[in-house]
Parts: sequence; structure tokens; C-alpha cells
Amino acid sequence: MTVTEELVSYEDALAAYDPVMGLEVHVELGTKTKMFCGCSTRLGAEPNSQTCPTCLGLPGSLPVVNATGVESAIKIGLALNCEIAEWCRFARKNYFYPDMPKNFQTSQYDEPIAFNGYLDVALEDGETFRVHIERAHMEEDTGKSTHIGGATGRIHGAVHSLLDYNRAGIPLIEIVTKPIVGAGSRAPEVAKAYVTELRELIRALGVSEARMEMGQMRCDVNLSLRPNGSETFGTRSETKNVNSLRSVERAVRFEIQRHAALLASGGSVVQETRHFHEDTGSTTSGRIKEEAEDYRYFPEPDLVPVAPSREWVEELCSRLPELPRVRRERLKAEWDISDHEMQSVLNAGAIDPIVATIDAGAPADQARKWWMGELARRANEDGVELTALPITPVQVARVCALVVEGSLNDKLARQVIEGVLVGEGDPDQVVDKRGLAVVSDEGALGTAVDEAIAGNQAVAEKIRSGKVAAAGALVGAVMKATGGKADAARVRELILEKLGVQS
Amino acid sequence: MNDKAGVDEAGAMADLTRLTAAETAVAIASGEASAVEVAKAHLDRIAAVDEKVHAFLHIDTEGALRAAEAVDAKRAQGEKLGPLAGVPLALKDIFTTEGVPTTVGSKILEGWIPPYDATLTKRLKQADVVILGKTNMDEFAMGSSTENSAYGPTGNPWDLTRIPGGSGGGSAAALASFQAPLAIGTDTGGSIRQPAAVTGTVGVKPTYGGVSRYGMVAFSSSLDQGGPCARTVLDAALLHEVIAGHDPMDSTSIDAPVPPVVEAAREGRKGDVRGMRIGVVKEFAGEGYQAGVMQRFTESVELLRELGAEIVEVSCPAFDYALAAYYLIAPSECSSNLARFDGLRYGLRVGDDGTKSAEDVTSLTREAGFGPEVKRRIMLGTYALSSGYYDAYYGSAQKVRTLITRDFQRAFGDVDVLISPTTPTTAFPIGERADDPMAMYLADLCTIPANLAGNAAMSLPCGLAPEDGLPVGLQIIAPAMADDRLYRVGAAVEAGFVERWGHPLLEEAPAL
Ligand SMILES: [Zn+2]
Repeated sequence: MTVTEELVSYEDALAAYDPVMGLEVHVELGTKTKMFCGCSTRLGAEPNSQTCPTCLGLPGSLPVVNATGVESAIKIGLALNCEIAEWCRFARKNYFYPDMPKNFQTSQYDEPIAFNGYLDVALEDGETFRVHIERAHMEEDTGKSTHIGGATGRIHGAVHSLLDYNRAGIPLIEIVTKPIVGAGSRAPEVAKAYVTELRELIRALGVSEARMEMGQMRCDVNLSLRPNGSETFGTRSETKNVNSLRSVERAVRFEIQRHAALLASGGSVVQETRHFHEDTGSTTSGRIKEEAEDYRYFPEPDLVPVAPSREWVEELCSRLPELPRVRRERLKAEWDISDHEMQSVLNAGAIDPIVATIDAGAPADQARKWWMGELARRANEDGVELTALPITPVQVARVCALVVEGSLNDKLARQVIEGVLVGEGDPDQVVDKRGLAVVSDEGALGTAVDEAIAGNQAVAEKIRSGKVAAAGALVGAVMKATGGKADAARVRELILEKLGVQS
Repeated sequence: MNDKAGVDEAGAMADLTRLTAAETAVAIASGEASAVEVAKAHLDRIAAVDEKVHAFLHIDTEGALRAAEAVDAKRAQGEKLGPLAGVPLALKDIFTTEGVPTTVGSKILEGWIPPYDATLTKRLKQADVVILGKTNMDEFAMGSSTENSAYGPTGNPWDLTRIPGGSGGGSAAALASFQAPLAIGTDTGGSIRQPAAVTGTVGVKPTYGGVSRYGMVAFSSSLDQGGPCARTVLDAALLHEVIAGHDPMDSTSIDAPVPPVVEAAREGRKGDVRGMRIGVVKEFAGEGYQAGVMQRFTESVELLRELGAEIVEVSCPAFDYALAAYYLIAPSECSSNLARFDGLRYGLRVGDDGTKSAEDVTSLTREAGFGPEVKRRIMLGTYALSSGYYDAYYGSAQKVRTLITRDFQRAFGDVDVLISPTTPTTAFPIGERADDPMAMYLADLCTIPANLAGNAAMSLPCGLAPEDGLPVGLQIIAPAMADDRLYRVGAAVEAGFVERWGHPLLEEAPAL
């Protein structure tokens, strides 16, 4: 399976070639029921327990369009600045595959619900790049196959396969960009930024949680190179199911280097499907398209055309929530942070948790500090998204409150968060159980400070003489004496007070 | 014929299988006969004659008796019975029936027991209609003779060596051989009307969208339409009313009140069609039309004139291309609809010996499970939808469809209904056209345009062709959602002919 690919360095590749990308993103909608039947879309149910004659494709069954699915599609189209079709149809995409119950996929072909839009995406340096949208269309997901036996986990070579049709018929929106040109060496960054922005948009619209690690959002990366200055597109490769933001960036980078090596050595790129490997960051050849696949599309005769009234579209448009870019600009100003800091918050997927934490009463800088610091580190260690951590914004807000009121210092607060994450309960419960409250008894604290001064007369003298920075050593001694449970800032104040120095 | 049950002068029940559905319902409601007696009489009749006719693929004795008992129990408790309560019916084997085999006349679904009822099946059960069993048909409704059934042909009760029409030959033959007073058919290009014509029975293709397709195994989704089959126009209307109406499970189902078909049939029986303008389709005559068929058709036109209708000739030039368009659209849709039969989830599975790939199993299953006509149409349709050919074939066929719809619109701007022979010839001998698909396709020449345009259409008997003594059908076509006009005109023609003949045509059919 593994063919070692010749690569050229990224810089050399970009010196000679101009990358052209096309991104196809599939989003599973969060509707309660499937696209064409009333079955539940809940994740994690027993295999094949959420099926009916329609999503199993039993003889005689018929589809009925999920109106909420159409509404979600229109919202996405509007948020992507698309035109919304006054009249469009579903089509059948015909091909045989065991996880597709009807052996055709009900999709849209030449009459998508939304078309001709754009999405402005923010790059690391705060610059904006406009990605043009070709179309957004509705379709249904397939079932899920698990191939048992064989080396590759693919159908070829498998001894048998297990099929779960719970996913069959779940509504999907496929969003296709126009060729993305002009990104140059920033192509990988643009790709990642686009998918990130799209994810934020989908979440803001409330139409899907768009969790890539759950397969709710999947990206196919089309890439080709053309010699710098050339107007004609080169042959493209299509890398399937790139399923994390980081992978999107890596897949683009890898394909640029692979294409460049092929072209530079006088070879040519094969038009083919490729698979991305998370572990190596490389792609390998899928099946070569000997001839363009013929899906024999034709209008789905079992469904009537979708004709959203202009009034409905207007109404949906007027009810669109604040879009992520606008919201980020607003928050950036409110939190008083830089483009770069905002970008980090966005990349960490921390905007919503931070906002929720602030809404629960925490100061902005505190909320941002905990989500971007300790919690981001934990999420990264566990390989999950921030929102998947077992701690709620309300709990984080409570930790912030305890810090602000002086009951916890940062060190103790980290322990409280640790306790919440391992399931010891709410912050207050963790504080109780672990006995983590800072020593706030002024009397006890005063005694500890006195002892520290008495035991470190030389240092105390330095401080008296104006070397305020030396106070750190005494603070350390007090903290040591109290087992870290003292509020360091208060201790410092007390020391200076007792030594008669103005802080 | 009247609604009073068939009690003979001695007061004893006449042969219950000879009653019309309306008469049967009255006999049961009044207690002259129990639903169980009626069901048993038909099951006995089936046992006696169906070995010769082969109208049924599956007889559900237990289910039928259970349903009949329920009707009798309802009556005993004084519950109000529906207009067809306890009346036996033969159901085309294309509608799913929970717990009862459904094969669509194909080996590929042999042994499949559907886990759900079609909407039409549900409505029949809710109306307390007694389903006797499932009737034979051309495989996947592809054919005009029932010879394409994977389970052997059905004989025409008028002459068992001849075809009963198709694809719904089983349903029509069951009616004509008095095995059931009611039957259900489906009509994609004439599969209700052409069998009705060649067996001397009545068959109606309702307006497309008038009867739910949910649970009706699809052949060509944009053309398929289930409908009522009976021995009289009124019986067809009573059944029509039970099965028609909006169904949220079928997106193409029309959300509007069912046209007043029963009222129209009762009205029509008075023989009054004064003030109606009736168009004779000019294109449906000439070469290929049997002389006796044209003779009976001409007599029907004369009868309608006598009954007060104004007759005009109407030209629908696009109809000449209907057959060609049909044989692109129907196979195209079928090539996609039948893709799901892959041997992986239900029905036949061939070659699964642990050594073959899923792809091979699918190929072997389809090779063994589909008959030659089905394969022919899948290949035709696959070709017609291929990129590079789509515009020339499927695309052009859709344009023809639009032209045909316009021809109808123009005609219906001038006349209330159109009439023609239902089929160019009477029943041909079994085997005669089996190896000549083109000759077979011609049987649907006159019926296809109504499917392409979604109009309502009916076939009813208009006599026997003098040269062969076999039934001839008169086709009536009405605009979409004007199904009631079929019944008004049809019932008038029926009453006129019965009066002229002195008895219903089927009484001339030979004893089996
Ligand atoms: Zn379902």
C-alpha cells in the first residue's frame, strides 16, 4: 500500500508553482429526524435501530423531504452570501455500494438550493481572504460499513462486512468552493482558515455542532498546481475525508510538495482519489479513475421540486444570528485583545466557552485565561475539543469568581479545575473535599508573615531599605509555611505593610 | 343489475361469486350473507378454477377469513359497515402486505415478507375489504401479457390459450373468472386498462398522484399509478373512493379532495350524457388496428351520440411519439429504481459461498433474479441516462412528454373527455409476441399518453370482436383530477350496452 512519494521542499514548490484548491465540505445537519424519513438521527444508538422502510430502501418505500433540513440549507446559503434558488430539484446519483440502501444517493445535481456566494476568512495576521462559493446543496448520508478481515480495513480483501444504516439518510449539506486561486504559499493556511470559519458559521447558525472528530463535518481537498504565471489549471488530485483542521492544512501542504515533485521531474499528476493519513501527514493513492465515473444523474421522480417562497427566505435572512466574523470583531474590541490573540482563541475553538463563561459572571480576562491556558492544555493532551472537556462554562466562571474574591490563588484554582475534570463535582465541592481554600484568616496569615520576617531578617532589612523586589522570597516562605493555600498577593501586601514599605 | 343482493325467486342465495361488489356489500350489510360465507365462496372458486387460470401467486386463506370474521363481528355488534365491508379483493403482487409475501412477479423477491403495509393495503384493511391474495403480473410490471412473470403466465378466462393482458393480467383474470369481484392494479403504460380491455372488465388509472404509491414497488416512479379494477363501473368507483386521497408518505400524492367518483357513476347509470363534448382521438386508428376493434369502437361512439353527447374529432399529433418517449423514460427510471435489488439485504442472494466479493454476489444475484425483459429495460435505461446520451434520449423524451401534455391541454380546452380503443387488438395467443418486444410494446400504444401526461383514464367493455369473439375495450381519458368524468361517461356507456345486450358482457364468457 505505501508508496514512498518523492517530495520537494515546500519553498521550492512554491517558487515554481501556483497552487489552485477546491474544497468540498460535507456537514451533517443536526435535525431531529433524517432527510427523507422520520427516523431519529441520534448518535450512538444500537446499529440499525434507527431505520425504517424508507432509509433502508425497502421496495415500495418513498422519501419525504425534511422541511427543517431545507431551512438549514437556506440559512447556510444565506450566511455564505449565496443566491437561494426559487425552484430546485433533488436528483439521483446512481452507483452501487453496499452502504447505500437504494444504490443511489438522493442529492442535488445541477439545481442546488444555494449558489454563487463567498466567505471572508481571517488569516493569522488579521488579513482577510475571500473564498468564493460555487454552491451548497442538500443530500443524504450513506450507511456505515465496517469491513472485517483483510489488511486494509477496506472492502477489498475483507472477509465480511457489517453494515449500520442508522446514518443512512441523515441530512448533509455539501458546500463546494470555486477554485481558490491567489493564495500562493498561504494555501494551506487559507484552507484551514476557510474550514475553521465555515465550522464557526455552521455552529453560529445552530444547524449542526460540526464536530469534525465525530464526522459531523468532513472535508475533501482538491489540489492542482500550475506553473507560476500560467492561466490554465493543472491536473488535480482529490484527497478524501480530511477530518481535522490541522489535517486540512497538512494535506494541502503535502499535496503541493508531491505534485511539485512529479511535475519538476517531468512527470504528470494522475487524476485520482487519495487518502490522507493522520499519523504520517501524507496521502496515498486510492483508486485511479480510469474513466470519469458516470453517476447517471436524473431528477428524483419521487420528490416534488423545492420552491422556497421569497417571503420565507426573507424571513430566514432577517433572523440570521450575528455571523462569526462580525461577532469576533465585536468580542475583540470588548475583550481588548489583538488580532493575533483573537486568532488563537478561534483556533482553539474557545470563543463560545469563553463567552458563556463571561455570561456566567466571570471577567473577560479571567475567562480567557483559563480556557486558553489550563483547559486548552488539557484538551490538547486528551486530543479532544475544548467543549468536549467535562467542565461547564458555569463551573469555570465559579472558579474565576473564587480567584477574584481571593478564596483561591492560581495554583489552587488549577487543582480545583483538575478536581472538576476528574468528576469530583462542582468547584465548591472540590474546594471542600480537597480543603483547597486559601488561608484568608488574617490572624493566621499575620502570624505566618511575622514568622517569615523573623526567620529572614536579612531579607526583611533589604525590603525596608527599598528593595521591594526582594519581597518574593518572603512570600515564598509564607506560601511554603501555609502549604500553598495563601493568597500570594495578600501575603505580599501584608509583608510590605508590616515592614512599613509602600507597595 | 341493481344494488339489491342476488336473491333468487326461491329465496336462496345465488352464487355469491356472481354478485357485483355493490351487491355483495348490501348482502353482507343486510345479513343475507355473512362475510365469511362470501369469502369462503370465493376461496372455493379459486380452488376450483385457479389451477387453470393462474391468476394468483399467493392465496391468503387465513388472512381473508380473519378479515371476514371481523366484519361479521362488527355487524353483530351493530357497528356501521363501510360501503365495501366484507367484499373480497384480489391484490396485485406489487403492493407490500405486512407478513404476506410480495414478489412483484420476480424471482429476485422470492420469499421476501415485507415488514410493512402499503398505504393502499392499509386503506383496504381499514375499509374492511377482504384481501384474498396476491395476483400474478409481468415481472416488475414490465409487460403487456403477464408472460414475463417469473412464476408462469396467466390465462385469459375467455380463452385460456390467450394472454389476459399485462402487467396486471392476474387481477383482470381473477375478475373475469369470478374469483373476486374487485381487484387492484397498477398502470404505468396501460397495465390496468389493457388487461381490462382484453378480459371484458373495467379498469381505471386514476390521475397521477390520486392514489398513494407508498408501498407500491416502483417500476417508473413518474408514471406508476395504482387503481381500481372491477366488473362494473360503479364497483370501480366504490373501490376508487376507498383507495384514493392524499398520503403524506408520498410526496407526489395530490393534497385535494377525491373527485366525486361514486356520485358520478350513479349519475351516469341513468344514461344521460347530454351536454358533454367527447373527442375522438384521430391518431388512434388505422394500420395495426383490428377491424373488429374499430367496429366496436365506432358503435361506442354512436351510442354516446345517441345518449346525447356531442362528438368531435380531435388531433393530438405528439401522441405519435408517445411510445418512443415512454420506452426511454420508463426504462431510465426503472434502471435506478431496481438498483436496490442487490442481494445484500432482502430477497434472493446467489453466490454467497464465502469466496466471492459483494460485487460478485450482486452480479450473480441480478443475473439469476431478473428476467430477460427486466434486464432489457435496465440496460436501455442505463444507456439512456449515460452522460453523453442523456440529452439525446432522456432529455428528448421529457420534451416529448411536455408536448403530449400540451396536446391534452389543447384537447381538453375543447372537449370534456377523449375516447379511443383501449388497445389495437384483442387478446393474442400466449407466446405469439414473446420473442418480439416491439410487437408487444404496441399493445400499449393508446394507453401510454395518459400516463405521460398524468391524466385519468378508464377502460370498459364495448363488445366482442366479431372475428374472434374476444372482448374489446373502450378507453375514456379525462383531465387530471377530473376522474369523475370517466365514471359518468363510463357508467352511461355500460348501461347503454347492457341494455342493448340484455346482460353484462362477462356472462358470455365460457364456463371454466
Ligand atoms: Zn428511516
